[in-house]
Amino acid sequence: MNSTLLRTSAARSALRAAAPKSSTRAGLAGATFVRGKATLPDLPYDYGALEPAISGKIMELHHKNHHNTYVTSYNNFSTQIEEAKAKSDIAAQIALQPLINFHGGGHINHSLFWENLAPTSQGGGEPPSGKLAQAINESYGSLDAFKDRFNTALAAIQGSGWAWLVQDTQTGSVQIRTYANQDPVVGQFRPILGVDAWEHAYYLQYQNRKAEYFKAIWDVINWKAAEKRFK
Amino acid sequence: MRGITKLSIALSPLLFITSTAQSDQQPFQFEAMSAPSHTLPPLPYAYDALEPHISAQIMELHHSKHHQTYVTNLNAALKTQAEAVTTSDIPTQVSLQAAIKFNAGGHINHSLFWQNLAPASSAEAKSSAAPSLVSQIKATWGDETAFREAFKAALLGIQGSGWGWLVKVEAGKEQRLAIVTTKDQDPVVGKGEVPIFGVDMWEHAYYLQYLNGKAAYVENIWNVINWKTAEERFVGTRADVFKTLKASI
Repeated sequence: MNSTLLRTSAARSALRAAAPKSSTRAGLAGATFVRGKATLPDLPYDYGALEPAISGKIMELHHKNHHNTYVTSYNNFSTQIEEAKAKSDIAAQIALQPLINFHGGGHINHSLFWENLAPTSQGGGEPPSGKLAQAINESYGSLDAFKDRFNTALAAIQGSGWAWLVQDTQTGSVQIRTYANQDPVVGQFRPILGVDAWEHAYYLQYQNRKAEYFKAIWDVINWKAAEKRFK
Repeated sequence: MRGITKLSIALSPLLFITSTAQSDQQPFQFEAMSAPSHTLPPLPYAYDALEPHISAQIMELHHSKHHQTYVTNLNAALKTQAEAVTTSDIPTQVSLQAAIKFNAGGHINHSLFWQNLAPASSAEAKSSAAPSLVSQIKATWGDETAFREAFKAALLGIQGSGWGWLVKVEAGKEQRLAIVTTKDQDPVVGKGEVPIFGVDMWEHAYYLQYLNGKAAYVENIWNVINWKTAEERFVGTRADVFKTLKASI
C-alpha cells in the first residue's frame, strides 16, 4: 500500500503540470524526500479549488495539519517498530501496531481522498463511465441509487470514520463499506472512492449539518481517479 | 438558557396530549408504546458562561443540536424497541441495540458533561471544592499535576471520537480511582463504575475554536471543570450520578 502511494508521486507530478503553484511546492517536497519515509503529498489542486462544496480553510487545515500529523506520527512509530524489531522485542512491536494502523491508515486514506476529489473545472462531479459505471449499475441499479446508499452509509457512521466504494478482489464486484477512525481499506478489498466522515472534514463549514456535506461532495468527486483504481 | 427551560415545560403538555390520543385509539398497545420520552436537559449556565475556554458558539451547537439529536434518536429507537417487544420481534430488538447504545450513550455522556463543567470564575471550578476527591487523587497519582498529566495523555491518546473519564470503581468495600477512555458515545455504566467527570473528545466539542489544536483544548478544560459536582459524585452513589437523567424524562 505504501509503495503504491509513493509511486503515485509520478502521477501527481503529471497532474501538477497544469497547476503552476502546486508544481513549485512539488519541487520542495521532492527535495525533502527521505528514502523509506512517508511524506505529505501535494494536493493536485489549490486549497480553494473545491469551493463551494468544501471551503479553502477546511482543505488547508485538513491537508497541512491533519494529514501532516498522520505522516509525522506514522514515521515516528515506524522508526520505533523498526527498533523493536531489531531488538526482537515482540511486546513492543505489538503495542505499536494500533499506532501504525491509525497513523499509517490516516496517511493512506487522506492520500487516496485528495486524489479522488477534483474541482468541477477539472472534471469533478462528472459521472463515471466504462467498466466502473457498469459495475455500479450492476450492484446498485443507477448512479443516483448508489449515491443514496453511500450517503446513508456515511450518515450511519457512529463517531469518526470513512465510507468507501470498494472492489472485492475475489469477485471483482463493488460494494459500499464503512471503516472506523483511520482503519484503511486493505486485504480483500480494494479502495475505489473514499469520503472522509470525520468532523474535521466538514465542521467549519457545515457544523452539525453533515448530511449537507455528504450531498455536496458529489459535485467534486473525481470519478476518473476512481476508474483508474478499478480493475 | 431560560428560553430552553421554558421550551421543555411548554412541550410536556403537548407530549402528554399526543400520548393520550394514542391511547384512545390503541388502548392495547398503549402501555408498551408509551416508553417515556427523554428530553434535553437545560444547561446549568448560559452558553457563553465557559468563555474564553469554550466558546458560546460551540456550547450552543453542542447542546441545542448535537445533544438534542442524541435525545431525538434515542426516543425514536426506544419507541421502535417498545413495538418490537410488544410483537416479540427479537431480531428487531437485537438490531436496535447499537442505535440505543450510541444515542443513549450520547444522552448520558452529554448530560453528565454539562453538569461537570462550570464558569472559570466560580468557586465550583476550583479543586478546593472537592476535598475528599482531591485527597484520593493525591493518594493515587501523587499530586494533582501528575493526575492532570495522566488524564491529558489519556485524552490525547484517543483514536477518533470518544471521551475521557475519571471514574470511581467500587468493588465490595474497596474503591479506587481510574482514568478511563471510551470510544464514540460508549457510556461509563459498568457495574460498580461511578463517572466523576468526563471530557468530550469529539471534534465537535472544540473544533470551531481550537481547530486541530486539541492539546490546547485539553489544557484549557481544567479551568472549567466543576469540582463541586465531581465531589458530589465521588462521595455519592452511582444512582445519584444518574438521577439527572430521570429528571429529564
